[in-house]
Amino acid sequence: MNDFITQTWSWWFSGIVISAIMFFLIYFGQSFGFSSNLRTICAASGVGKKIKFFDFNWKSQIWNIMFLLGAIIGGFIAKQFLSNDVPVEISTATIQDLSKLHIAAPTTLQPVELFSWNAVLSIKGFLILAFGGFFVGFGSRYAGGCTSGHAISGLSDLQMPSLIAVIGFFIGGLLMTHFIFPLIF
Amino acid sequence: MMKLLKFLFLGIVFGIVMTKSEAVSWFRIQEMFRFQSFHMYGIIGTAVTLGVLGVALIKRFKIRDFQGNPIVFYPKEKSFIRYIFGGIIFGLGWALSGSCPGPMVVNIGYGFFALIIVFLFAIFGTFIYGVIKDKLPH
Repeated sequence: MNDFITQTWSWWFSGIVISAIMFFLIYFGQSFGFSSNLRTICAASGVGKKIKFFDFNWKSQIWNIMFLLGAIIGGFIAKQFLSNDVPVEISTATIQDLSKLHIAAPTTLQPVELFSWNAVLSIKGFLILAFGGFFVGFGSRYAGGCTSGHAISGLSDLQMPSLIAVIGFFIGGLLMTHFIFPLIF
Repeated sequence: MMKLLKFLFLGIVFGIVMTKSEAVSWFRIQEMFRFQSFHMYGIIGTAVTLGVLGVALIKRFKIRDFQGNPIVFYPKEKSFIRYIFGGIIFGLGWALSGSCPGPMVVNIGYGFFALIIVFLFAIFGTFIYGVIKDKLPH
């Protein structure tokens, strides 16, 4: 039983739980869309007085901020109580591809080359994190949603805009992975 | 407060399952964009398949929410430019940081504090979008 919890959970179980979360949010009168929180945080800081896009009743979005806080707690619980901290079991093909980019095989959940303090405190490492975050934040609002809002919620409702956005996600991701990574790593 | 706690609980479940299925890992996102494993496609594919079925059932049987209000799905605004441009920019960041917004904060809870920088810049990116929104093609 303990092994069952600490090992990696299967894709089908994860998919079932994620769709269940979406339906619980719908049942509770809301919807599943995580990146809206970024806009809410901007609005809550008071910039709505100057910038119209952030001038809305952000207090109506506190439920989603609660979801965000829960997600942080969930990550903490998974690490502290449900983990044996095994390396991520990615395919050998990926390990080989990444070694060509000087990124070592997993020793934990994330690559030390990107997320260790040494990486964060180097100029290049910092810029990678900064640009990565900036593109996600800018792109999700431009596209009107992220993986949860478009790929899960929007596709579940068979919405064409979400399909276009998800195709965009993949064009961007493939460009970065196959054309830009060889230049920066 | 009590009515907000259920959202906190759902967030906790989200954080746990995203971590335990490794969907918050940069390595898994790389594997996905290299088409070298079914794992991420399995997660998203299962969620969307069940999602399509569930949404169709909600519409078919006019299921109501917990307060008895009709459940309405609002069609997103029709456009091509904003979804493809915004999507591509998002995808560049998703592959680079290995995280979309949800997994960023899950990683922070896990103890990968470097993701705090990613998350702060994601907020900044959203802010800049808000500033230049009217100058962008939608």
